[in-house]
This record gives sequence, C-alpha cells and structure tokens, in this order.
Amino acid sequence: MTRALAYWLFRYRRTWQGTVVVSVANPLLFLLAIGAGLGSLVRGDVEGVPYLEFFAPGMLAAAAFQNAFIDAGFGVASARGRERVYQTAVATPLSPGEVMGGHLLFVGLRVFVGALAFVAVMAGFGLFSSSGTAVAVLLAATLTGIAPAAVVAAWAVTVTDFPRLNTVFRFVVMPMYLFSGTFFSVEQLPAALQTIMYALPLWHGADLCRSLALGTATPGTTLLHVAYLGVMAVAGVLIGRVTFRKVLYV
Amino acid sequence: MALIEAEGLEKRYPGTDFTAVAGIGFRVERGEAFGFLGPNGAGKSSTMRMLACVSQPSGGSLRILGDDPVVHGRALRARLGVVPQDDALDLQLTVRENLIVYGLYFGLSLKHMRAKSAELLEFAQLADKAGERVEHLSGGMRRRLTIARSLVNDPEILLLDEPTTGLDPQARHILWDRLFRLKSAGVTLILTTHYMDEAEQLCDRLVIMDKGLIADEGTPRELIDRHVTREVVELRFPPGEQEQAAEKLGGDVEVLPDRLLCYADDGDAALARVTEAGLRPLTALVRRATLEDVFLRLTGRSLTD
Repeated sequence: MTRALAYWLFRYRRTWQGTVVVSVANPLLFLLAIGAGLGSLVRGDVEGVPYLEFFAPGMLAAAAFQNAFIDAGFGVASARGRERVYQTAVATPLSPGEVMGGHLLFVGLRVFVGALAFVAVMAGFGLFSSSGTAVAVLLAATLTGIAPAAVVAAWAVTVTDFPRLNTVFRFVVMPMYLFSGTFFSVEQLPAALQTIMYALPLWHGADLCRSLALGTATPGTTLLHVAYLGVMAVAGVLIGRVTFRKVLYV
Repeated sequence: MALIEAEGLEKRYPGTDFTAVAGIGFRVERGEAFGFLGPNGAGKSSTMRMLACVSQPSGGSLRILGDDPVVHGRALRARLGVVPQDDALDLQLTVRENLIVYGLYFGLSLKHMRAKSAELLEFAQLADKAGERVEHLSGGMRRRLTIARSLVNDPEILLLDEPTTGLDPQARHILWDRLFRLKSAGVTLILTTHYMDEAEQLCDRLVIMDKGLIADEGTPRELIDRHVTREVVELRFPPGEQEQAAEKLGGDVEVLPDRLLCYADDGDAALARVTEAGLRPLTALVRRATLEDVFLRLTGRSLTD
C-alpha cells in the first residue's frame, strides 16, 4: 500500500505548494465573507453562539467532504481512465486492493492537509478554546472526508464517463453540502427533510466537528458520529476491494 | 521446461457472449523471441493480459515459469516485464521519476532505483532526457522509456503488446535494435504485432492468430514454405478488369480488392507468362513471399483490413 502511496507523493511533490495556498485561502475567504461578513446580519446567536463560531466547524466539515469527493471521484476515475495509473500499477506485484489503498491514503493525506489549513485559519480567528480542541476537530474533519472518500472511490473506479461524476456532484454532493447543518441548523428544515439529513454522512461529520469545537459534545453522540463515519469508511474499503479487482483484472 | 505452456486457453468476457480467445495452445522456451501475429481483434491482447497475470483465463490451462498465474500471480508478476500498447507513462513526472516510482512498485529501494534508472536510461538512449517531463517526449522516446520501465526488475520474460505500432520507420528500427540486445542478453521476448515485417525481424517462432484461434505455428521461414510459394507477383489492373485477368491467368492466383497476387516459385517466369497471355497490368512487382501472404492464405483476409 505504501508502494502505491509513494507514486502519489511523487506527483504531489510538484503541486503541494499550490494546493496548500488554496487550502489556506479558501477558508480565510469563507470565514471572512460568510462567517464575519454575512454573519453580522444574523441577529443574535445561533444555538447559543455567534454565527461565525457556529458556521466555521460546519464549513470545515463540508469542505473536507467536498474535497474528498473531488479527489476520490475525479482522481480515481481519471487514474483508471485517461491516465491509466492503476493499469500500470497492477502489472507489477501490487494487487488492486493495494492500488486502491495507496490512493485512499493519499486522498486521506490531502483531506488532512486541507483540514489542517482550515483549522489553522479558525485558530487565527480565535475559535478554539484549547489546542486539544483544535486537534480533536482536525481529526473529526479528516474522518468526515475519509469516510465518503472510500465509498466514492469504490464507485468511481467503475465510472468511464466523467459527466456522471458531475451529475452526482451536482445533485448529491451539493445538496448535502448546503443542507447538512453546515450553514444553518438542520432543525430549521421541515421534519421530513431533517430525517433525511440525519441519515446522511455529512450531517454526522458537521455535527461532530461543531459539537467538538463548541464543547457541547456528549460521549453518546460523538460515539454515534464516529461509528457512522467509521463504518462508512470500512464499507467503502470492502466494496472497493471488489470493484477495483473487477475493473483492473478483466 | 518451457517458460510458458498454454493448452486450450480461453478468454470470454463476463456479460458478453464475445469469446476473445477460443482455445489456443503454445509453448515458449527460454531465450526465444515468440510472436503472436494477427489483425486487430484476433485475441492477441487478451492473450497477453492473461500472460501478464492480470486477466484470469476462462478455460484451459496456463503455466508461466512453471506456476499457475491465478494462484501465484503476484510472485509471477515480479518476474515479468510488461510493455503495454498505450505506454501509460505518467506525463506529469519526469523520465527518471517514471522509472523510480515503477521500481518502488516492485519493492525496490529508492537508492537502488536511482542507480538502476541511470543504467536503464543509458540503455534506452534517454540519458540526456532524464530530468524532462514525459509530455515533452516523442512517441519513439516514450516507447523506449516504456521498455526501460519494464526492465526495472530485470524480468525473465518481457511481454510487448504491439511494440512499434504508431512509430515512424526510424523509431521502429531503433526499437528493434534495443529488443535484439535484450534477446542477446537472454531475455525471453513475447510480442504481438500486426506487422509482418516486425514478426519476421524479431520472432524466432510465431503463431498466426485469427478470431481467437491459432491458425498455424512455426518459424517465419517454415510458415512461408508451408503455405505459399517462394515468390509472389503483384499485378494491378484498371478497375473492373481484375476478375477477367484472374480467369485468364488461371493457376495459383489470389484476388484482392486492389490487386492480384500470383504465387510462383519463379516470379520472373510467372511475370513472363502474364505478358504471353496478352495481359497488360498497370503495374507489376515480383517479390519474395512474406508472412502477410501466409496470413492471407490461412484466413482469406489481409492483416491490416
């Protein structure tokens, strides 16, 4: 698995500076524009805290989730398609499972670096009460990205036409991004929609990040969120082992 | 012991009723250059994928280096070199990095790969391109890099799928020269091609494939001797006059859409008979018989339709 990861790290060597700049600039702009700017229009507190404090951890989770989809979805589909990275790798002793594992580790690393930059910006806004809190939120955000990444990778390796990825991005990822309690509380949604959002991964990620950041986390809900995301990650890996093998060993 | 033994080997793709390989048998001995000659769709690439241990046979038996590729695929792939038809190099990495990451896939150390890549780039005549990105390389250079890449693990068997398709004549000759060197160094070469000149140049022995089956097997010379005469006269007639001319000539004649082929042991004598028969072809060419003629004889079609 680390052999397959090494390949991605060689590629990353070329581009990491640029991606880090984007990873810092993005949250900076969002927190300034929406959190501090638009947020100043929000009268009073949201769930007992100023809007910026409410919004930032939700945005962090949403960004991790979205980045994971882009890296795992488009990254995996083009590694299998146009770039033929995987076909090259499975001609060597590497198995399809290792090829997937290496790529997922890399996606995880990217999600982690993105979350790290985001958390650093949040710290700059003075949004954490302690460094321990910041670390917990960082890990929560990373899990929020890794869980869907595994599932998306397992599916994306079977996708040969890119427009399908765009469709899923537009009609599955974007609604989740907007309505999972990221920008406003899920409780403001109609009851039926609330139930749906509770069943989806990003709500668990957003609530996990927010409750840890605001210090409102309880052991029960934290365990539930972590278990949900953990099971999703494991399921993605198990499905991926099958789909990668099926696609690469034809 | 043969390096590769196949018997009744089949490949069908699930979800389709397409049979790519319909039961073929062959043996490859150590140090040989062995070829699969056939048109596109003959089943060559499917066969190569099974030999590369990335495609499970649907039927028959296959042993590579004495082992079953389904069971020992991982260990076997460590001893094979693969040159895919489409190169599949990483365009964003440099020439040297392409070799290094591929070596890492085999579990070779970074230190070892630094030295090894220099040696391989020397062999591939790409030493001066080491630091360049692959996207700036010509087709011939890319193909040589792909061959260099396939050698990182000092493979015992090198599998080459259409090694010179799409290359210009000069690039092909450079490539053939490199492959000859590998063969002299004791590497067993297995290649597919739909170029009969490539098969004649490179292969000690070959099988002719058509529609998933092996039509015949032998050295290029044996195949030519078995199926065609020593020489061939190619005649072109104005459109519409071919059939008539063929009838008039009689004997061993093949009618192609654009020309007639007369098989003869003495081409010049055969050409003289054409003139005696009162026929006036637009062009006439006497040449030695090739594997292309063998293929035509065996299948009734030409290789590059």
